[in-house]
Amino acid sequence: MAAPQVAGIPRAAKVVQPGDVAARLLTMLFAAIVFLLVVLLVFELWVGSAASRQKFGWGFITSTAWNPVTDEFGALPFIYGTVVTSVVALLISIPLGVGAAIFLSELAPAGPSNALTFLVELLAAIPSVIYGLLAIFTLVPIMRLYIEPFLKATLGFLPIFQGPAFGVGYLTAGIILAIMTFPFIISVSREALLAVPREQREAALALGATKWEATWDVVVPYAKLGIYGSIFLGLARALGETMAVTMVVGNSPEVRASLLAPGYSIAAVIANEFSEASGSVRPAALVELGLVLFFLTIVINALARLLIIATTSKGSKRP
Amino acid sequence: MKTILAISAAALLSAAAAHAQKINAAGATFPAPIYQKWFGEYHGANPGVEINYQAVGSGAGIKQLTDGTVDFGASDMPMTAEQIKAMKVPPLHFPTVMGAVVLTYNVAGITQELKFSPDVIADIYLAKITKWSDPRLAKDNPGVKFPKDDIIVVRRTDGSGTTFVFTDYLSKVSPEWKMKVGANTSVSWPGQTLGGAQNPGVAGLIKQTPGSIGYVELIYAVQNKMPYAQVKNSSGNFVKASLESVTEAAAGAAKNMPADFRVSITDAPGKNAYPISTFTWLLIPSSIPDAGKAKAVKGFLQWMLTAGQKDCSGLTYAPLPSEIVAKEEKQIAQVK
Repeated sequence: MAAPQVAGIPRAAKVVQPGDVAARLLTMLFAAIVFLLVVLLVFELWVGSAASRQKFGWGFITSTAWNPVTDEFGALPFIYGTVVTSVVALLISIPLGVGAAIFLSELAPAGPSNALTFLVELLAAIPSVIYGLLAIFTLVPIMRLYIEPFLKATLGFLPIFQGPAFGVGYLTAGIILAIMTFPFIISVSREALLAVPREQREAALALGATKWEATWDVVVPYAKLGIYGSIFLGLARALGETMAVTMVVGNSPEVRASLLAPGYSIAAVIANEFSEASGSVRPAALVELGLVLFFLTIVINALARLLIIATTSKGSKRP
Repeated sequence: MKTILAISAAALLSAAAAHAQKINAAGATFPAPIYQKWFGEYHGANPGVEINYQAVGSGAGIKQLTDGTVDFGASDMPMTAEQIKAMKVPPLHFPTVMGAVVLTYNVAGITQELKFSPDVIADIYLAKITKWSDPRLAKDNPGVKFPKDDIIVVRRTDGSGTTFVFTDYLSKVSPEWKMKVGANTSVSWPGQTLGGAQNPGVAGLIKQTPGSIGYVELIYAVQNKMPYAQVKNSSGNFVKASLESVTEAAAGAAKNMPADFRVSITDAPGKNAYPISTFTWLLIPSSIPDAGKAKAVKGFLQWMLTAGQKDCSGLTYAPLPSEIVAKEEKQIAQVK
């Protein structure tokens, strides 16, 4: 009975339907647009940054100068600021986001879980300028009056918590980015956890695991890829975020070890300076910063992917 | 038959469209409120002329004019010789209104209006005066009890005409500033400073940060009821920025006005002249090939210099002194 069916499937597939061809070409065209967009983007950034690339060469990436009067430009303070604020953001939002997602999908009763999920999706849809205003009027005073003095008093021996408490700086920008990335991480992680087959949980429980053991040792590793995906989304938002960051980062093109010091990010400097950039070198330097951000995103994503490959193979070997 | 009808209908339509002269302009954000009002009012009085203005910033305005994507530009700083050289058609500068940049501050326990000497402002921004308790501040402000707090310097982070005016002023009053930093729409600030985006960003940081000082446009400080300082001018008087003291600065500068109006009026002479004042300019190509457009632009310029100037004070811009209006009216004839 089964044999004719199995034989029938490939035969039917061999018949070329004009509709299938059209659908295939059309969807392929759409997919090709993604590729073309990336190529066009890199081409435009490459051409637009010519004046800056010729003048500074590779030194652009390691230079800390940013002087529009003498036309000396370097990218290091912006690369540093972008990476530091994103890392701070993820250090805060990954444990919070994944933890909340576990609670919502595995532990919470359905009613509160649905209500909270709705709120999370609401948070994810808030425009970044609103988060920026929230940061400048609420977070900055709290940071300056309470959190930063507290960090200096308790952990002030660490170079990352030294210097005057301005309220604005890498740490504040990192925190507002954490607040912004957190809903993405919860929302996508929760979907991944909900997609874990029921049998996985039941099997673990049948083997005598507690509810938490079943969740942490079976369900979470099973949903690992989805959770990593949520972290990528969060990272992408943190790296490219402009408005909220520029409102609280201090906008000072310097490299400083202290997280309390004012810094700058690539997206913020492009947004702030491009409209008034005159001459030939300065606009080109800003375009080159765009190119740097593009490659920075690729490098960071590649590193994160390598990390995943390393950890997933370890996970699957676990007994 | 149908085709002929369609063609003649199209011809009629295009004739109607050509009737309203559309002019595109782009540039400075500082005078944008009054430009919008002017262009709206002028269109009301002359329905045949429609001017569309985009407040994209002085630098972008100059760039769009150079690229030929707009009919005229607007800028808070006069174009440099190098920028003029890059243009196919040399531009004419028409001062439109005046504004000022003021110092605003947030110092614990101080409610009085503070006074600043030029060298003190420069040294605060050069990070040489770092505490509010510095004796040089006390000398300018007898009777004011300053706290021992650090001075936190706030400045614009976006490229801006406001920053150009402020740094141009500092370059005139401090040789050290001129040598180390210079004047531009954004500069490399000495010392550790906080940068705010646009006027609201700077104002927000100052409100949030005790011990801070920063600069914003006069209009912005007035509209938001922020305290702002008196500054000592070249005659040795402490002057507060106002429509009158800004106009006096322009009148003081008018005597030495170059023929092309490319002049900075910071640190201008005049007993009550406010020293951090500036013109803002319309950049009009000296040759406009389209006769209709040329006529419309010239008509607007004439109107702006006469009827338009009456709108200024309502929006807290200082109107042009009459000497300068007379000189500009002559320049209109140079637009070919």
